[in-house]
Amino acid sequence: MLRRRINLLFGGDEKRVDSRTIYVGHRPCPATEAFIPPKFCDNRIVSSKYTIWNFLPKNLFEQFRRIANFYFLIIFLVQVIVDTPTSPVTSGLPLFFVITVTAIKQGYEDWLRHKADYEVNKYPVIVLEDGRSIRKESEKIKVGDIVEVVEDETFPCDLILLQSTRDDDTCFVTTASLDGESNHKTHYTVPDTEKDLQSLNATIECEQPQPDLYKFVGRMHIYKTDQEPAVRSLGPENLLLKGATLKNTKKIYGVAVYTGMETKMALNYQGKSQKRSAVEKSINAFLLVYLCILISKAVVCTTLKYVWQSQDGQDEPWYNEKTQKEKDTYVYLKMFTDFLSFMVLFNFIIPVSMYVTVEMQKFLGSFFITWDKDFFDPEIQEGALVNTSDLNEELGQVEYVFTDKTGTLTQNNMEYIECCIDGFQYRNSDSMSELDGFCVTDGPVSKLQQKAGRDKEELFLRALCLCHTVQVKEAGPDEIDSDQVDGLVSELSQPDEQRGFIASSPDEVALVKGAMKHGFTFLGLENKSMKIRNRENNVELYDLLHVLNFDPVRRRMSVIVRSKSGETLLFCKGADSSIFPRVRQEEVDRIRMHVERNATEGYRTLCVAYKQLSPEEFAVADAGLRDARLALQDREEKLMAVYNQVETSMSLIGATAVEDRLQEEAAETMEALQGAGMKVWVLTGDKMETAKSTCYACRLFQRGTELLELTVRTLEDGGRKREERLHELLLDYHKKAVQDAPPVKAGVTRSWSTANQEYGFIIDGATLSLVMNPSPDTNSSRYKSLFLQICQNCTAVLCCRMAPLQKAQIVKMVKNSKGSPITLSIGDGANDVSMILEAHVGIGIKGKEGRQAVRNSDYAIPKLKHLKKLLLAHGHLYYVRIAHLVQYFFYKNLCFILPQFLYQFFCGYSQQPLYDAAYLTMYNICFTSMPILAFSLLEQHIAIEYLLDNATLYREIAKNAMLKWGPFLYWTVLGIFQGLLFFFGVKYLFSNPALQDNGQVFGNWSYGTIVFTVLVFTVTLKLALDTRHWTWINHFVIWGSLAFYVFFSFFWGGIIWPFLKQQRLYFVFANMLSSVSAWLVIILLILLSLLPDILLMVFRKPRGPHARQMKRRLPSSGTSTIFMLSQTTSTHSFSWSD
Amino acid sequence: MSKPLKKISLTKLLHQNKNKWSFIKLRQFYQSLEKILKETCSYAELCTNNGHWLDYTGTEMNSSCFSCSSVKPDCVCELTFSFSQLFEGPVFFYYGLSNYYQNYRQYGVSKDANQLSGDTTYFLSPQDTCSPYQYDSSGKPIVPCGSIANSKFNDTFKLYLMVNGVKTLVPFDGKGIAWWTDYNVKYRNPATVNGSLAKAFDGTVKPPNWPKPAYELDPSDAANNGFVNQDFLVWMRRAALPNFRKLYGRITGGDYSQGLPAGNYTLQINYNYPVVNFKGTKKVIFSNVSWMGGKNEFLGLAYLVIGCLCVVMAIVMLIVYAKYKFSDDDDMQ
Repeated sequence: MLRRRINLLFGGDEKRVDSRTIYVGHRPCPATEAFIPPKFCDNRIVSSKYTIWNFLPKNLFEQFRRIANFYFLIIFLVQVIVDTPTSPVTSGLPLFFVITVTAIKQGYEDWLRHKADYEVNKYPVIVLEDGRSIRKESEKIKVGDIVEVVEDETFPCDLILLQSTRDDDTCFVTTASLDGESNHKTHYTVPDTEKDLQSLNATIECEQPQPDLYKFVGRMHIYKTDQEPAVRSLGPENLLLKGATLKNTKKIYGVAVYTGMETKMALNYQGKSQKRSAVEKSINAFLLVYLCILISKAVVCTTLKYVWQSQDGQDEPWYNEKTQKEKDTYVYLKMFTDFLSFMVLFNFIIPVSMYVTVEMQKFLGSFFITWDKDFFDPEIQEGALVNTSDLNEELGQVEYVFTDKTGTLTQNNMEYIECCIDGFQYRNSDSMSELDGFCVTDGPVSKLQQKAGRDKEELFLRALCLCHTVQVKEAGPDEIDSDQVDGLVSELSQPDEQRGFIASSPDEVALVKGAMKHGFTFLGLENKSMKIRNRENNVELYDLLHVLNFDPVRRRMSVIVRSKSGETLLFCKGADSSIFPRVRQEEVDRIRMHVERNATEGYRTLCVAYKQLSPEEFAVADAGLRDARLALQDREEKLMAVYNQVETSMSLIGATAVEDRLQEEAAETMEALQGAGMKVWVLTGDKMETAKSTCYACRLFQRGTELLELTVRTLEDGGRKREERLHELLLDYHKKAVQDAPPVKAGVTRSWSTANQEYGFIIDGATLSLVMNPSPDTNSSRYKSLFLQICQNCTAVLCCRMAPLQKAQIVKMVKNSKGSPITLSIGDGANDVSMILEAHVGIGIKGKEGRQAVRNSDYAIPKLKHLKKLLLAHGHLYYVRIAHLVQYFFYKNLCFILPQFLYQFFCGYSQQPLYDAAYLTMYNICFTSMPILAFSLLEQHIAIEYLLDNATLYREIAKNAMLKWGPFLYWTVLGIFQGLLFFFGVKYLFSNPALQDNGQVFGNWSYGTIVFTVLVFTVTLKLALDTRHWTWINHFVIWGSLAFYVFFSFFWGGIIWPFLKQQRLYFVFANMLSSVSAWLVIILLILLSLLPDILLMVFRKPRGPHARQMKRRLPSSGTSTIFMLSQTTSTHSFSWSD
Repeated sequence: MSKPLKKISLTKLLHQNKNKWSFIKLRQFYQSLEKILKETCSYAELCTNNGHWLDYTGTEMNSSCFSCSSVKPDCVCELTFSFSQLFEGPVFFYYGLSNYYQNYRQYGVSKDANQLSGDTTYFLSPQDTCSPYQYDSSGKPIVPCGSIANSKFNDTFKLYLMVNGVKTLVPFDGKGIAWWTDYNVKYRNPATVNGSLAKAFDGTVKPPNWPKPAYELDPSDAANNGFVNQDFLVWMRRAALPNFRKLYGRITGGDYSQGLPAGNYTLQINYNYPVVNFKGTKKVIFSNVSWMGGKNEFLGLAYLVIGCLCVVMAIVMLIVYAKYKFSDDDDMQ
């Protein structure tokens, strides 16, 4: 971080321009006046934080920035400086332990990074220098070097591709390690560079490094001795990123443009923002309470000390004369030191070890998610992934679930279903058996309808074959397993053509395959011409002139091709909403009906349009596109403008329908989430109808659900101004859903299957932006809160037509709403990343749309159905565990320190510690730490199966229920009760301190040891009482801790320790055990302090296995969408197909 | 220490009811509870909670030690009391102090463990914690240094049984009153110089309050001198609470091995230890021990109360359980 900043600083000093000039091969170019070799950073990757020299100071500094560590450091320093009752060791040792463990962990992690850096930096590469190939270490590459990379090697830095061994001047690259997309991407050499790199004389002008992987703008000036310098534009297609791997290409040469820490990979390598869990906030609140208790205890003791001393004869009895120094000290200074001493004496009430235990619990606990066999998906051979362990317990607190539709609720496993050409439906019902069933001579399968003209059909199918960015996978034995975007490829391809398709979006593959079923096969792209085989088995060739790429804003893509006959054609496919305005209206009407019907059935629809470009038109478009591509600044905007200009006045040829199956158990999962009191919001970029039918299929909307729609369509119904209508509708819905709703207590009490009217809410992107960013003149600032209130009263909310940022916006709105509910986002694609990052908990699905969601998520699971267990079982348990852990820690330290506090009243407020220093130190480290750690890892207060079957149990812990002030009070009162009991019980025993049968008398250390013994046994047995799920580990640590305590006490008191100044515990423990009275009182006090808990346990409602008989059985689904839809559409189609 | 609330003779009450424990009257129960909680008893009479004890501070005019309570060294006073029946032995004799903060922190650290383990290098330079009893006014090191040692209890007692008007000495056995480990391991005398313990203490002075140096504590028993003096060790084990008792001696000798027979006794006290100026009291306690240690009414009462509580709760819970179970069955049907 620092290094990068310094680099930026230096870079900034040299030149404050936003572009850099690179001399290819370090050859001065003739055009510029003087060759000043510019300075760039070297190709060393430094991901490590520390070096050997700065590790100690830097690591310590970072650790003491944590408020808790700093607090303990202060306590330690006070102990060192001021004459305090306990030696500095008592707080120094735990602190040292904590600091050391953390430092070792961080040091180890950094060592791993060093090792990885070393491997990367020392990797041998071949650099072309003065016509010779020289082997170098990767870190020695300088900007401007020409680097050679062979197949299957990763690029050592960001390179501009100059030369490839492939004939078509391309190379293939996978960026799996960068963004997780495993498909091959084609990159192009800079056009017209010379074949001989030795004589190449060129400079590259490009922007300063920036982290966006998909953006690059640059220009290359090629100087030839006898010509004007040629200028070539450079884009991301020319840039090979460090970390990507060369595929299917023997060898390439490229010139380094960004090196080392300035590569896009390094710039992207940065920790995600730290998400903090709600539990941590509770801990801090409790800490504050305990800090107040601590300070007030110290104040009370200090005050009472001076009140007590003011009495006659108490200040300085003859037997306890003060030293001269004490007599000379100012009284206020003495008061202050007394206050500090009391603070030190009671500081154990704030447990230093709690932080360590919580960290360990989280770290180790996350393994249980990784190890869970139920999360293992045999298809991808992977289980769940935990990217952060800080949020385990947050999984048990989720109130809002935001889910993506495509790939999350549905499988993103596209299957071509039907198409509609010119208003006629072509359906291939049994596509699997009859691959070539669609045949003109046999007539379309749909016998009810006429077919469109043959020309139209063929035009449509050609469009399907041409308008895409699909690559044909070259069949090779080593590639069969990898790079599969579509699992159906091998099944569907004809046996004689072992053909696979690779595409960034599975829709495209489905469409190309759909066209194949109808007789038009895409054979591949060669030399910028696309080969297709038509129904007559003739190969047609089309020159690919331009690809107008897909982007989520335009929601369409186009290609411009030239056929052999010289026609220039533009084919465009895209969402209906983006195509319809750009085609003639009379064509729209014929097709709209089909599109909407397909959408209601849950299919993804795309419309296909085309346009014939006249040579003039093409010339304009071509020039525009080239200009825009060459632009160094605002290239995106310029390209967009050209695209929009070109894609107009097209004619619509048809539409396609692709089915996206529901994920396994999607409906059950959603139902369970709703049953658990979570509100499920579906945020999708898809069409309303498609999304709505998915919601019905997932049972997010039920039959009885009344849908409140707030979409562009409903807004335009009244024919009035949109904003007025919006206002009116919002108020109307608000009245319905919020005001008229019976006053039930939110969430917990309301059962999910009550007879109450349930509401579903639907809003689309355009309307949402109206709600979120209303025009300032109207009184519309209330829209947002109205909208939020309505949504909070609906069981499910569907937001369709969402841009990725809008998804994040919604999550943010809910997150910041009243009560700051815990939100969870789940998605699988790059478009979900923003909402995954925004939500409290982000969950990625290891789906088909690359790995970006997984990389940015906190947890990644293979399938949606795993969400149920993740939340209902793991989340619930983690929350209960950590809540119990936190409460228990405060409790055990309260009843640890309370006797010490009470003792001050009986020792003249002299800060006499009740317990020996060893006990003070070891209590939290050894005697009571392991049982609670084991408990917080293994406890299952309710069996997992039972949790899964009874989603409503999740509601019991909603809203941080176990860390509210109520439970905190219970634990605190319990701690106080036990503390009082320990102290006064032993005090009354000591009314006759002659406790041994030989009449000998016990002293103050015996007193403390008896209290401490009772304490250790009580808090450990209390935990044993709370444990519902006993494993051998629990048994081992609970009984082992007690045994260790006894063993340690014997050992500690059994030897004259040479390093101790005072042997004050010498044989104290053994003598205590020899006294029957001590035994009796220990047993009595343990029983008595556990009595409230035993009573509670008895009277608590039994939660036995017999309750299982009442569990609800959900009808199992897993059947296809169609089945579900056939049930739902019949009842609902009337209500929403206007 | 609060003043006694009632001036009734509890001894009588207890003796009357000694054989009628089967029905404790509520009043008595309350009183015994009160005794435990307050440890009160009237002066100049043998009180009977947690052993038989006798206050001899001498703050009251009618006390025979009144004249000694205003500081007067080597003052002797006598207390008389009687046992109406045999006080079963072995009888242990304790002295008790109240409002005496032996658990005061600065007091507690005011000793030098190295000195006390016989390390003579620390004889000449005691630890700073011993201050102000580190060096005397002439700069000589004090051995044993520190407040605890200096404030060693120095009253002495002699018990006489009046047999036919003749005083017979009841001997106290002062052996084995300190912890065995203290006497044998933890505290060690310095190595003798030429066979003389006193020479090992050369160059040091006795604590200012001590009449005699450490090596002359017990002229009768050579093994009971220096730091391994039983009384000294008992004193050095600091009490936990400001009201405490410490073992002075056992009454085990010959005739008294069965206990103290009924009769009149006289306790002769060498009154040296001042407690009045810090509002302390002094007392002596006769107590016998059972297999579970010294007499402790708290323990018995506490077990009794909690036992009763448990029985009551068990009955209540049984009823509740029965009801719950039946209603549960109804639900199931």
